[in-house]
Amino acid sequence: MDTYYSPQDLPKFEEIGKDAPELAKSFFDYYGQVFSEGELTEREKALIALAVAQTIQCPYCIDAYTRACLEKGSNLAEMTEALHVATAIRGGASLVHGVQMRNIAEKMSL
Amino acid sequence: METNTDQIPQFIQTLAARKLGLKRYKTRICQLNLGLICNQACKHCHLSAGPGRTELMDRETMAAVLDRIGKSEIEIVDITGGAPELNPHLPWLMDQVAGLGKQMMLRCNLSALYELKTDEVKERLETHKTTVVASFPSLNLSQTDAQRGGGTHDLSIKALKMLNDMGYGQEGSGLALDLVSNPSGAFMPAAQDAAEKRFGKVLYERFGIVFNHLFTFANMPLGRFEIWLRKTGNYHSYLSTLHKGFNPCTVEGLMCRNLISVSWDGYLYDCDFNLAAGLAMGNTPLHISEVRDFSFEGRDIAAADHCYACTAGAGFT
Repeated sequence: MDTYYSPQDLPKFEEIGKDAPELAKSFFDYYGQVFSEGELTEREKALIALAVAQTIQCPYCIDAYTRACLEKGSNLAEMTEALHVATAIRGGASLVHGVQMRNIAEKMSL
Repeated sequence: METNTDQIPQFIQTLAARKLGLKRYKTRICQLNLGLICNQACKHCHLSAGPGRTELMDRETMAAVLDRIGKSEIEIVDITGGAPELNPHLPWLMDQVAGLGKQMMLRCNLSALYELKTDEVKERLETHKTTVVASFPSLNLSQTDAQRGGGTHDLSIKALKMLNDMGYGQEGSGLALDLVSNPSGAFMPAAQDAAEKRFGKVLYERFGIVFNHLFTFANMPLGRFEIWLRKTGNYHSYLSTLHKGFNPCTVEGLMCRNLISVSWDGYLYDCDFNLAAGLAMGNTPLHISEVRDFSFEGRDIAAADHCYACTAGAGFT
């Protein structure tokens, strides 16, 4: 069955550098630095990445960062809490626009 | 169903491609496998040890090993299993090893030491200043119990507290307590330094537990773990992960360079994993009764694809 997404495509990510190689190199160098241990540990960064991946619903990133979280010593309990952080922010972002809704409604209403 | 189709060269081909040899150095460590009987049946066990097993090292075999240890330059005696506490000759063995003046380490699943009648073993742990190397896969209860069986996380915590009360892990006691963490699945272990810091902080803050060192090791694709890998469609992708993580810098310090493994029935192997794989030293079965000592320097080490687990990432030393 044809599908837009295939797990076999994730390892081919670096092939994107076959065209515009300088841009790809800049991106991947930056990417590597972002995920290195800093003020945040590699584990903490992997959890953040997983939460962002679920927010933007990127199946490649969800695959990669589920594995990365486990390999950095995380577990389903932590990863599920991170998912709920993503959900709370995403839902909250909709909800807080309700303030604008209320402002407009109150201006127009008796 | 396996979807990973990566081509994985044989381990010996990978070594040859990088012009890396694998020969034995002087044997410094003798590891005795006291048997496959165990009170647990951990899912990642490379030996498929468990309560239903009956293999146990007898005293005659132990005596033969001790004789060869005495004639060799062995520095450390490493006692493993199954659960070595379930071998009734363990207290005797510990006394003999101490009598030879060798450093001793006991590999421990924690629950056997805590739950079973092991007073004779515990006395000797302290008296002979035996290093305890305890399995502790995860700070997370679900991951630990999934790997080792229901209730094992809580039992492990109780056992670690008991060991701390005996003086293990405490500064200045001379009683070393090391932890070993294997991943609870088909993925690579966390970086050792980071894991040691995190385990140290969390175990102390939550339970008041202290230890000396933490080692993180990859799971061996053998035994019960191999069965699980194949059943769940993870085998090829796991072996591929191990192969991609091949680190040539690990080859020099691999434990098979200077460790000899003796099975419960007295056969010799370059390591416990080769024992599990049935891969004899020199590729020909060799029994303790056929050797005078443990001088095997210069011999080729038997290797197969499971060796990728020892050479991935930071390796197994």
